[in-house]
Amino acid sequence: MASVVYFLDSKGRPLLSRDYKGDIPVSAVERFPYLLINNSTNTESFDDGSARPVLYDNGIHYIYLMHKNLFILAMTRHDTNVFNIMSYLHNLVKVLESYVKSLEEESIRDNFSIIYELLDEMMDFGVPQITDTKILKEYITQESFTLENVIATATGSKSGSLIHQQPKQPPATLTNSVNWRSPGIFYKKNEAYLDVVESIDMLINAKGQMLSSEIHGAIKLKSYLSGMPELVLGLNDRFLNSGLSSIRGETRDSNSTKGIEVEDVKFHQCVRLSKFESDKMVSFIPPDGEFELMNYRVHSHTLKPLFMIDYKMKNHSNTRIEIMIKVKANYKSKISANRLEIRIPVPEDVDSPKFHYNKGSIKYIPSESVVLWKFKRIDGGKEYVMIAELLLPSVHDATSLENFKKRPVNLRFEMQGFVTSGLQIRYLKINEPKLNYQSYPYVRYITRSGDNYSVRVK
Amino acid sequence: MSVSRLESRLRKLFNVPRKGETFEFREGLVSQYADERKDTIQRVIAAMTVGKDVSSLFPDILKNIATHDLEQKKLVYLYLMNYAKTNPELCILAVNTFVQDTEDPNPLVRALAIRTMGCIRVDKMVDYMEIPLKRTLKDDNPYVRKTAAICVAKLFDLNSRMCVEQGFLDELMSLLDDSNQMVVANSISALIEISKATNSNNLKIDSKILKKLLMTLNECTEWGRIAILTALADYAAEEVGEVQHIIDRVSPQLQHENPAVVLSAVKVIIKQLDKVDEEQKNSLLKRLSSPLVSLLSTPPELQYVALRNIRIILEKYPVVLARELRVFFIKYNDPLYLKLEKIDIMVRLADESNAMLLLAELREYAMEIEIEVVDKSVMALGQLAIKIPKISKKAIDVLYELFISRSEYVIDQLVVVLQNILRRYSNEYLTTVITIIGDLDLDSLKSSDALASYVWIVGQYASEIPHLEDRLRSLMAQFQDMDPAVQSAFLTTIVKINLTKPTPVTQSLLQQALNQATKEIENPDVRDKAYIYWRILSTENSELQKRIIMNKLPVLESTIDHFPPLLLNELVNEISNLGSVYHKPASSFIKSVDGELINTQLQTKKFEELQQMAKSEIVNNTVKAENLLDFEDDYDAAQNSNGQSGTSTPVTGNILDELNDLFTNLSSQAPQPQPSGSSVFKDLIQEPESHQQSQQPNQQQKTSNADLLDLF
Repeated sequence: MASVVYFLDSKGRPLLSRDYKGDIPVSAVERFPYLLINNSTNTESFDDGSARPVLYDNGIHYIYLMHKNLFILAMTRHDTNVFNIMSYLHNLVKVLESYVKSLEEESIRDNFSIIYELLDEMMDFGVPQITDTKILKEYITQESFTLENVIATATGSKSGSLIHQQPKQPPATLTNSVNWRSPGIFYKKNEAYLDVVESIDMLINAKGQMLSSEIHGAIKLKSYLSGMPELVLGLNDRFLNSGLSSIRGETRDSNSTKGIEVEDVKFHQCVRLSKFESDKMVSFIPPDGEFELMNYRVHSHTLKPLFMIDYKMKNHSNTRIEIMIKVKANYKSKISANRLEIRIPVPEDVDSPKFHYNKGSIKYIPSESVVLWKFKRIDGGKEYVMIAELLLPSVHDATSLENFKKRPVNLRFEMQGFVTSGLQIRYLKINEPKLNYQSYPYVRYITRSGDNYSVRVK
Repeated sequence: MSVSRLESRLRKLFNVPRKGETFEFREGLVSQYADERKDTIQRVIAAMTVGKDVSSLFPDILKNIATHDLEQKKLVYLYLMNYAKTNPELCILAVNTFVQDTEDPNPLVRALAIRTMGCIRVDKMVDYMEIPLKRTLKDDNPYVRKTAAICVAKLFDLNSRMCVEQGFLDELMSLLDDSNQMVVANSISALIEISKATNSNNLKIDSKILKKLLMTLNECTEWGRIAILTALADYAAEEVGEVQHIIDRVSPQLQHENPAVVLSAVKVIIKQLDKVDEEQKNSLLKRLSSPLVSLLSTPPELQYVALRNIRIILEKYPVVLARELRVFFIKYNDPLYLKLEKIDIMVRLADESNAMLLLAELREYAMEIEIEVVDKSVMALGQLAIKIPKISKKAIDVLYELFISRSEYVIDQLVVVLQNILRRYSNEYLTTVITIIGDLDLDSLKSSDALASYVWIVGQYASEIPHLEDRLRSLMAQFQDMDPAVQSAFLTTIVKINLTKPTPVTQSLLQQALNQATKEIENPDVRDKAYIYWRILSTENSELQKRIIMNKLPVLESTIDHFPPLLLNELVNEISNLGSVYHKPASSFIKSVDGELINTQLQTKKFEELQQMAKSEIVNNTVKAENLLDFEDDYDAAQNSNGQSGTSTPVTGNILDELNDLFTNLSSQAPQPQPSGSSVFKDLIQEPESHQQSQQPNQQQKTSNADLLDLF
């Protein structure tokens, strides 16, 4: 397992570290930036992210993730489960972000003592222990050591020694077999909200043909329920059967023109996995508050691009270009999409952009080299056009000019009221054997774009 | 609140230096106000975090160890863990508190104490650990027990003999029967850790333990599940019932949301595959497909490791993922290493049904900006054309299109691919290839692989090549500067041409080549080859010459590289471990050395580092006069502690010597700590590149094979 965990800034300088085994010399981390450079395609910098995430040098294995501008690095000397370490680092970032909001150089410096405490609790001798934020927050609650606190204590307005808290105990939850929920939770009103969210990633070529599509679905539960409630979630049979047959690895019926296949259903820790397979039941005791109950992928044979994009570009002798985009909402007129954002790549450093359009709002974002066209709402069947005129910077070579067209046009949107997989929630039974309260769940269905809903323009 | 106290706080707040930081820290640590002491401890830890050496404060920090404030205790413990090595003697003063804390009514404190004791890696501490560790292993609270279980592994690392003699390993084994899932999981982890360190198997699973583990599996945290699954993967189940039980219990884990649990479960199931009948094997393989695909909906770093593992699984069981080509399509914002890995996997998944789709994708990728992606795509296009004859025509068309539209980016890889294509389809696409070769400017070929391929094509299809003599002449002009592989290829080519259609020009070129190769070339292989050719040519038996030199090469069936079977089996054992990423067995990069040796080496290394830190500190201080005070403080402190402990300890003594020496040779650099890794494995660093190019050595091998075949 991991011997040390380091947080490093964008230059590869250590910000904070925790040594779990004492078998890695400090000089090892000093080698890290050189290793990155040696393994990057770009020989001057290493933040292009081209270096592989597992590197080897001098008997030491470097395993790292990039998060914003940080490197989160684990090192080991032994042959170990590297996927486990990476998954842990990923979870570590999630936990820390729940404590310090945004994990970056500044927040690490400001919150070092709580981070040390968490590092100590989440991993022992390189073995991951606990990464459940809700449980950790029950007994690691130290106030962040921030400048405000120093001022507060310095001026005597709040003296640390005066606060005599109850001595903290390790939550029994931690080691219970239900290790995600503490006993004794109470709410006056018992409520549960279910969100079914499906995000569509799609790659469409310049001719408007769909090259690939992926639908990732998730059911999120936000619950404010007292005691230890036993929940059973009822799903429609078509969804269940499709999901189960994929789990069992049965051959998919390729002739089915219904064309929806659910694959790869994954559940939260709390769901009794064996029950799902044997009894088709999603039964669980939920963690308190918000969490993702399950996620799945959907393979659809009938899915069509939701927006047709027509792209034309005219280059006026390398001094000025004109980009014309036509967008057509390719769904029924009853439905409408909200917050549509179209990101259109343009060359770097263009000058005095001019736009002509008949709907939405447009602006040029220099930092991303895109033109962003935003709609609050777009109804099915409607069609809109915009033309952007851009002056090109005087110094550039003609070959690199066309490079911007290699980046695809990216779309983001959200639609409410239905999901593509046809998943339906039939019921959510809530049963708390001791308290016996009534509660009714609220259900929402949302379809939205994933991070990669893109249209190639070349 | 007194004015002076406020002043000192404000001063700290705005970082006003008065007598140097260390002095202030020291004052703060002995302050009469509890909150000021805690405050100072935090600031000391902050200084430690940014890399300042605050080890001189050790005795003062130690005074604050006896506290009921849990947060302060944690901070003090943290400090002790970091600097215990610098003050091993003083650590003993803390032992009492540690031992007391392991009897504290609060289980958090008990666990914290035993956890920290194991992290203070000082020999003296080990002697005091036995009793508290025994006690905490039997603690009522599972949180304490699970911490103590890990502590056994720490103790083993520090002093394996004592750990075994005191029967701690047996205690760990008995903890496997604990009622609490986390204790069981941690005992497993500790035993695995110990087994790894000693290269022996200390985790002996019998059928009773197996049952217990399988039962516990569903109750564990995700990390506990991984520990148990790791243990299960190494368990060799013999009995059919056991195998079935393992499969039944483990396969629901494929639905877990943590990808590391999924991959560990995949590994356990793959290990059982050879023990079940054919039908179940197939259904299990089908079942693995969608969990494996789900590993690709993770952050890029995890995807990379997942892809490297998928590559291994795919080679062992090609039917897995047969229908999943699309999920491996490159995303625009994928990091480079992912793109390359994905192309590699896609070519392996290609069959007649999806080849056209893949072809269109590869064509897109070949238009990318990143040169590595372009290279890999062109290579993949060639692999695809050779693997699937049905679409080879289309693939050649795409290659030709690439040659026309962006020759300068693709040409090197393209020529290598063309050679392979000719070796698979000797005549079908000859006209296209000759057109490309005919238009080719020799200077545009950068890599020697490409040049060798070019030379081979010229020799093989000499009668088709326009301006053959000019080409040969310009090649001959560069002969001296060529890579040996190219020289060797050129020799073969020029000999071949002289056997098929000799002209006065080629004859004189042949003479020059043989002359130079035997007289001026240093590479023995090239020289020997030239001698052999010379000897054969001088036999004047043209029938024999042709039979040897013009021998036909076997048809190339595939250019996709595969693992040798032995390695493949080892790699299957490495799934999810480091070996699966490097595609090398663990034994090639992990050396088993005597544990204690490493430890002592490391100790000296760490010590050297500290010395260096001290030196650089002093160098800085001489520049900043104000900080000089700090140094004097340190100096005093060192002397004081010397005086206190009565005996002059070798450690502090050394430091003092060092300090004295320093002023005489400030400029001389301390020897850099020698890394302990064996140089034999240095090539592992190069591993990524070497893998990326692994196709190329292959090609080379093929050409040299070809040459050998030419010979005999």
